[in-house]
Amino acid sequence: MTVRITIDPGKCQGYGQCCFEADDIFLLGDEPPVRASADVAEDRRADAERAADVCPMQAITVE
Amino acid sequence: MGGVVVVGGGLGGLRAAESLRASGYAGAITVVGDEPHLPYNRPPLSKEALSGGVEIDRLLFRRKAGVDDVAWLLGRAAVASDLAAHTVTLADGASLEFDGLVIASGIRPRRLPIPGPSGGRHVLRTADDAGYLRSRMAPGTHVIIMGAGFIGCETAATARKLGCEVAIVAIDPEPMVRPLGTELGAGLRRRHEAHGVHFHLGHTIDAFHGTSYDVESVSLSDGTELPASIVIEAVGSVTNVEWLDGNGLDLSDGLLVDSAMQVDTPLAPVVAVGDIARHPNALFDGIPRRIEHWNMPTETGRRAGATLAALLGGSEPDRSPFTAMPSFWSDQYSYRLQSFGMPGIADRIVVVDGDPDGPCIVEYHDATGLIGVVGVDRTQDLVPYRKQLMSRGLATR
Ligand SMILES: Cc1cc2nc3c(=O)[nH]c(=O)nc-3n(C[C@H](O)[C@H](O)[C@H](O)COP(=O)(O)OP(=O)(O)OC[C@H]3O[C@@H](n4cnc5c(N)ncnc54)[C@H](O)[C@@H]3O)c2cc1C
Ligand code: SF4
Repeated sequence: MTVRITIDPGKCQGYGQCCFEADDIFLLGDEPPVRASADVAEDRRADAERAADVCPMQAITVE
Repeated sequence: MGGVVVVGGGLGGLRAAESLRASGYAGAITVVGDEPHLPYNRPPLSKEALSGGVEIDRLLFRRKAGVDDVAWLLGRAAVASDLAAHTVTLADGASLEFDGLVIASGIRPRRLPIPGPSGGRHVLRTADDAGYLRSRMAPGTHVIIMGAGFIGCETAATARKLGCEVAIVAIDPEPMVRPLGTELGAGLRRRHEAHGVHFHLGHTIDAFHGTSYDVESVSLSDGTELPASIVIEAVGSVTNVEWLDGNGLDLSDGLLVDSAMQVDTPLAPVVAVGDIARHPNALFDGIPRRIEHWNMPTETGRRAGATLAALLGGSEPDRSPFTAMPSFWSDQYSYRLQSFGMPGIADRIVVVDGDPDGPCIVEYHDATGLIGVVGVDRTQDLVPYRKQLMSRGLATR
């Protein structure tokens, strides 16, 4: 099973806090400012959730 | 009734409740919050919500499924507590019994005793504060901001965006000088000045003048008189601890906690989280401090929930060192400042890249080495810095 991560482009403002928590899951770029890697293994769920918790815009959903 | 009572319905209270559930606590959880709203996000209140309009539904935090059964007593304040009897008393006289208590009541803005009318004097802490201020900020409105910290400077930037005339009065020599240092503070001041903000630094407001309802002008310690339609006071904070009086706790600067976020009292299992928790951080000097940064309620809440779940389940909590990385950001005009670590306790500050009037990286050091970093419009370059700070040796204190 993999973890499904979505970033709401209407909310994300590119703070990068998610990348600071897990820079192999959340990748900083220019357009969009950040994207989530497509394939995140189940054992990284806690890291993905930590990143979602610290997103200032609460733009990240982890399913 | 029993179970866990959380006093304070902000981010820290929410994260503590979520962590209690994630740690296996299955008893009742009741959150008491004096604001009428479910936990919501405060940082936008001085930024986009103040310029664009305060819509509480857009500010509410997503709540994890585990806290669906939490009872929210909103619009109700805790006014007293008796830890020995395991009770909290609310303003309406209701008494709540608890097995374990989470202190998450945060801080409120400090008010200075200054002579003159009190009408027209405001603070910015809650969504209701922001909604009211928004309604008063029209083009040409004379806004006086007391205090040149982050909230004062962000509010100044937003007020300029709304077309207000803005003056900042502060005793400090430069804006945001305590956390950032003089050189970066001066650079940021010049950006504000370029956007039309007037600074009166090294001065205080001695008196307000006007009708009994409303302020019309302020006079400063150097004799200057400035026109004022609204005054926003952003001169630091006071901890919301009064409801804990009489329990023999050290309330001198919030609640002193250990690395597990537990309050030192033999009377009951009690933890504290967020802005109110004076906690040690072993990544730095280990001296307990309150840190009013947005990521701390999440970090301390996670730890506190686990601690309380263990205490109530009869096991020993994890008392290993607390090593969460303090982190904050600030948006003013088009620039974004981000910080990691504890720049405020540094004794040596070096601008290592760029210059303080534009994109730059500033390092903060003490005798132990790098203890903080601030970047202005340099998000990407901060990733390795955060890693370096995370790998600091632990304080033995
Ligand atoms: C305008 C503004 C902008 C900010 N911007 C940033 C930023 O850009 N970056 C950053 O890192 N941080 C920022 N912060 C700081 C950040 O929002 C706080 O650190 C965070 O909200 C603290 O959460 P908390 O849960 O500890 O306290 P709070 O969110 O204050 O929650 C405490 C709650 O308890 C309630 N309460 C108090 N006493 C009682 C009582 N006796 N009974 C019942 N309820 C009670 C309070 O009303 C409040 O609702 C900002 C803060 C403000 C106000
Ligand atoms: S933390 Fe949130 S706002 Fe920041 S880049 Fe990540 S998703 Fe976007």
